[in-house]
Amino acid sequence: MNLMQILKGLMFDYTLRTVALGSGILGIVSGALGVYAVLRKQSLLGDAMSHAALPGIAIAFILTGSKAPLVLILGAAAAGWVGTLFIMAVLNKTRIKDDSALGIVLSVFFGFGLVLLTFIQKMPKATQAGLDNFLFGQAATLMERDVIIMGLLGAAVLIIMMVFWKEFKLLSFDSEFGSSLGFPIKKLDFILTGLLVVAIVLGLQTVGVVLMSAMIVAPAASARQWTDKLGLMVALSAVFGALAGMSGAIISSVTAHLPTGPTIVLCISFVVAVSMTLAPNRGLLWRWFRERRNNRRLRLEAVLLDLGMLAEQHEDLSHGHPASVLNTMSMGQGGVERSLEELERRGLVQNINEDEWALTQGGVKEINRILEHREVKKV
Amino acid sequence: MDNEEIKAIRVDDLTVAYRDKPVLWDIDLNVPPGVLMAIVGPNGAGKTTLIKSILGLVKPAAGQVLIYGKPYQQQRSLVGYVPQRESVDWDFPTSVLDVVMMGRYGIIGWIRRPGREDRELAMQALEKVRMQDFANRQISQLSGGQQQRVFLARALVQDAKVYLMDEPFQGVDATTEKAIVELLQQLRSDGRTVAVVHHDLQTVIEYFDWVTLLNVRSIASGPVAEVFTDENLHLTYAGRVAFSRESKEQKNSLSDGDKQ
Repeated sequence: MNLMQILKGLMFDYTLRTVALGSGILGIVSGALGVYAVLRKQSLLGDAMSHAALPGIAIAFILTGSKAPLVLILGAAAAGWVGTLFIMAVLNKTRIKDDSALGIVLSVFFGFGLVLLTFIQKMPKATQAGLDNFLFGQAATLMERDVIIMGLLGAAVLIIMMVFWKEFKLLSFDSEFGSSLGFPIKKLDFILTGLLVVAIVLGLQTVGVVLMSAMIVAPAASARQWTDKLGLMVALSAVFGALAGMSGAIISSVTAHLPTGPTIVLCISFVVAVSMTLAPNRGLLWRWFRERRNNRRLRLEAVLLDLGMLAEQHEDLSHGHPASVLNTMSMGQGGVERSLEELERRGLVQNINEDEWALTQGGVKEINRILEHREVKKV
Repeated sequence: MDNEEIKAIRVDDLTVAYRDKPVLWDIDLNVPPGVLMAIVGPNGAGKTTLIKSILGLVKPAAGQVLIYGKPYQQQRSLVGYVPQRESVDWDFPTSVLDVVMMGRYGIIGWIRRPGREDRELAMQALEKVRMQDFANRQISQLSGGQQQRVFLARALVQDAKVYLMDEPFQGVDATTEKAIVELLQQLRSDGRTVAVVHHDLQTVIEYFDWVTLLNVRSIASGPVAEVFTDENLHLTYAGRVAFSRESKEQKNSLSDGDKQ
């Protein structure tokens, strides 16, 4: 399928349009809310919440016999919320640390959810099929009605986030200071955690409980690479989430036998990989170049200073010194010849004959500049 | 007559426990307005906990705290707080000016965003700590001393009458320490009360005029000249004090007894 066909499909194909729109919305909401989860070092909380949602889905079905997404999502949200309360209770009442608390709740709730799913599958009804889609997500089951619900809920979440922008920022950066100012930090935490639960359950139908936490963590972690501003980070994260959601949904719907959830997660992983390597300042490639440039500069300075020390012992500046002496002085670190050539290009040293080198006037000036600079730094 | 004067900070019978272990035991504290007070004591003495319970961040098992005669909840606008520098993530995506403006959030109130006035006040506070050139810097680019000064500026915009500071000298160089001390003394001469968790016994006499010696219990509290004695230091540090006031005053006689 080529690009034109996909564009056409987006406009006229009901399924493709619905799926792409739904995945886009889920990407925006989870991307924006994920920023707070990442900044508050609660990335794993998202994982625990989404896994904890599974028994909620199953129980909602057993109680109502309905597979209406709204019913199941409510069940998921309730269970995700209960799971979060469990984690808080374990942290407050016992000496178990947070990573263990998250692990316990995640596996216990998820295990319970799997048991319930198996139980439901053995129920003597024909309607139960499809619940296990919530494990890895099945975007094709999205209906226009579902997307409208997602859009409304998502908009509500984002509006609340905007309204409490200042408060959530304070909560995330320095909650104790916020508390000393009189802001009810526990309530704010409660609200923000609630918004995160909503963001997670919005994506369960499309991405599934197993992989949903990737949609919380990955866009935010990518966005952090590109910016140092909270506002921009939230916007970028939402865009990354939306891009990954839509492209994942489109790729999986135009390719046979490609599950939606994992494809979306692969798309966001690609964004993460690009951000980790290419982003300015924080990117790996950037750091590598900066380090290399620094090392080279230091090596050049070292050779120049060594030559300066040798020159001090002679009155005649143009007295040549063999490169092999410089090589010994640099403790055999190597690359002396290459450094000398580079220094010559900059007019700081000159090649007297074959293998002998001397400082130029410019080189003397440069040495004085370097020494002065180092002196200032020491003081 | 002294007793009838309203205290800037008054703590009565304060007891704080984590689980079943008392961290602070039956603390009484009377700090008059306009003093610069050091809170000293060994590790685990409850210095941070004392500050946090005055701020209502830690719930006491017993006792009460009064700021200018009323509970903290009614006097929030009078109190400024400088937490430990390590208590926040300095890689948080925000600028120096933004952090300083957080000191105004309590005055701005719910939902409303900081405006031009808040921005100007924050800039003024940054000038006072000589950090105005860093206003738009990302906070992860700051050195330890600069971080500390940003936190001080944030407290300054609170325009409080009582300041509580948790180790503002932690990890700063000598120049910055001197600048901070001057700032604190300036606050005192404006009639504000400043309580500082402090680690360096050597500088207590030089920097402060009031001191509280703490080791789970309050050992002594009052003017430095009266209560910062060898005896009280021994009581506070259980004999393990590597500092003696007498030995500092008569530099020739080493008091070996302290270390043995």
